[in-house]
Amino acid sequence: MDQHGAADGFVQLLNPEGDHVDSVTGPDGVTYAVDFTDDEYRGLYQDMVTVRRLDAEGVALQRQGELGLWASLLGQEAAQVGSGRALQPQDMAFPTYREHGVLYCRGIDPIMPFGLFRGVDQGGWDPNEFKFNQYTIVIGSQTLHATGYAMGVTMEGRTGSDDGEAVIAYFGDGASSQGEVNEAFVWSGVFNAPVVFFCQNNQYAISAAAERQTRVPLFRRAGGYGFPGIRVDGNDVLASYAVTRAALDHARHGQGPKLIEAYTYRMGAHTSSDDPTRYRMAGEVEAWKAKDPISRLKAFLVKQRIAGDDFFAQVEDDARKAALDLRERVLAMPDRQPVELFDHVYPTGSPELDAQRRWFTGYHASFDSTDG
Amino acid sequence: MITLGKALNHGLRRALEDDPKVVIMGEDVGKLGGVFRITDGLQKDFGENRVIDTPLAEAGIVGTAVGLAIRGFRPVCEIQFDGFVFPAYNQIVAQVAKMHYRSKGKLRLPITIRIPYGGGIGAVEHHSESPEAYFAHTPGLKVVTCSNPVDAYTMIQQAIASDDPVIFFEPKRRYWEKGEVDLDAPLSGAFPLHSARVVRPGGDATLLAYGPMVRVALDAASAAAEDGRELEVIDVRSLSPIDYPVIFESVRRTGRAVVVHEAPGNVGLGAEIAARITEECFYSLEAPVLRVTGYDIPYPAARIEEEYLPDLDRVLDAVDRSFGW
Ligand SMILES: Cc1ncc(C[n+]2csc(CCOP(=O)(O)OP(=O)(O)O)c2C)c(N)n1
Ligand SMILES: [Mg+2]
Repeated sequence: MDQHGAADGFVQLLNPEGDHVDSVTGPDGVTYAVDFTDDEYRGLYQDMVTVRRLDAEGVALQRQGELGLWASLLGQEAAQVGSGRALQPQDMAFPTYREHGVLYCRGIDPIMPFGLFRGVDQGGWDPNEFKFNQYTIVIGSQTLHATGYAMGVTMEGRTGSDDGEAVIAYFGDGASSQGEVNEAFVWSGVFNAPVVFFCQNNQYAISAAAERQTRVPLFRRAGGYGFPGIRVDGNDVLASYAVTRAALDHARHGQGPKLIEAYTYRMGAHTSSDDPTRYRMAGEVEAWKAKDPISRLKAFLVKQRIAGDDFFAQVEDDARKAALDLRERVLAMPDRQPVELFDHVYPTGSPELDAQRRWFTGYHASFDSTDG
Repeated sequence: MITLGKALNHGLRRALEDDPKVVIMGEDVGKLGGVFRITDGLQKDFGENRVIDTPLAEAGIVGTAVGLAIRGFRPVCEIQFDGFVFPAYNQIVAQVAKMHYRSKGKLRLPITIRIPYGGGIGAVEHHSESPEAYFAHTPGLKVVTCSNPVDAYTMIQQAIASDDPVIFFEPKRRYWEKGEVDLDAPLSGAFPLHSARVVRPGGDATLLAYGPMVRVALDAASAAAEDGRELEVIDVRSLSPIDYPVIFESVRRTGRAVVVHEAPGNVGLGAEIAARITEECFYSLEAPVLRVTGYDIPYPAARIEEEYLPDLDRVLDAVDRSFGW
């Protein structure tokens, strides 16, 4: 068991050395297990390597001036792939700005959030088409949106069976302090909403260590709101999957919300604008490197003879190609036409805005005629 | 020469030195020194009780500041970016603004709320907004904004020393602009916090700007001078209350006024200023008061923001229209 989590016990199926147990009963009395085929184990590995590689491309593109900002998921691959793969097609996800790994697991083209980070748009995708909401930058707001969506699921009678719908709301340790997040807990509890609150405790909110947000382990907060909470080793993809799967099933069967605290670590900077050397020690990062989510699954695959060198080389190669393809497509993203500023402010339009658009067009045309 | 950001840092340091009741509170203001480093080094020198890294909760930052102020402290809150002030909006508008009035003057809330605002830095959404009108509209709040290092240094100290709650808007894209600042200048006798200032004299038209747009207005005035037009530029500085006598005096002389701000024009500061000029200077006006503002749209994505932001050309276009009346 990880010594950080040991004090309060977290659900772990795969330790940093790659040794695994078939099942474990959590402090909540629930028995957690996975029954993956070898193909599925290899698939989880491939997912994690791919999202890490794509993420590295985001970091690189930002450094080269091609993105305005990038929020790296480095270190959180297991929490994101584990929870992301636990989602059923009918489930709805409400991400923060860092859930590129969950997005990938939803089968969405990884280029989708790059418009936001490149600054060509503010997302621009249809949450209902992808069952994946817009990224939310204002900390915590999406937890209430997820709760409301989940209330709608209940109102439409879409819970109570194996193919019922569940909702997952992602947020961070920092977000747990926001009033809106606490209101989401209240509402989901009171209305027994089919929502899973998935908190990636990556130990930091920019420079603030998690202790600045709470005196009790975050998962325990759930008790006060009247629903179960559980802490999982967020660097263990198997446990992250098992715990999320169980919570989603709990919700889809109409049994109400759960809070999952995925105990993990933000290995990189908060975003490309951040300098973590100002607030944390290199030694701390090193200690977490030893618990890397990808190396432990690799160790497991090797020990279990599920995969060998050829497979690992192939995965690296595929990931590299995916990243290259992503890079080329990001560089080719078309900039928007200036006049598009005025699009989509209101579904029903506004005469006042139409007038501003006309003025804008005329104003620009006046430059064209003097230049030409 | 120091930057506007560094001038704020020096001003905050002096406020902490001058009054043991001054406390700084906000997200990442301590160890990190703030995401813009405005509070750099202050926690190290004044300790964790004076410079407080808060939980991630803006309602908490301002709400607890109210309690601290009732207890006799002089809190200086940092809101990390303009777009993140709204969780605290309830506390600011419903509590901070009204406490003095409700207590029949018995309570004073000498709270300063610092908000980096405005665009032009290529940021993602919620990091480039200009929400000043929401606050200027609220009785009980004073609202100011600085445009240069000298003002940054004095105004932040004056805001903290003021017994009024002050919303202090910092033009984030000007944080790196440099100027000569006399760090030993006494606060008493400094240019008053709520006064507007003529930053470039001229007799042909009056440009009114504040915060990040003062630089744009000055550049426009320089360009206009080459064409033989002398534009007077006024840095409005205080958005509530507005120093109207200075504005009226200028407009009565020039007969023309153009107000410039980044925020959308609809129900913005420019609308209020234009209305007041019209009421008070009607017979001096040669043309209607014109506004150059952001469009009435949500702040756009970074790669298109230059199209949104008022620039030199748009200001000169408005000046031309004023003269063409
Ligand atoms: C309401 C609000 N306040 C402040 C910010 C600035 N900000 C962006 S990310 C962040 C820290 C978030 O920490 P956490 O919730 O732990 O998520 P993480 O970034 O670690 O994934 C802050 C303070 C914001 N985006 N929204
Ligand atoms: Mg965090």
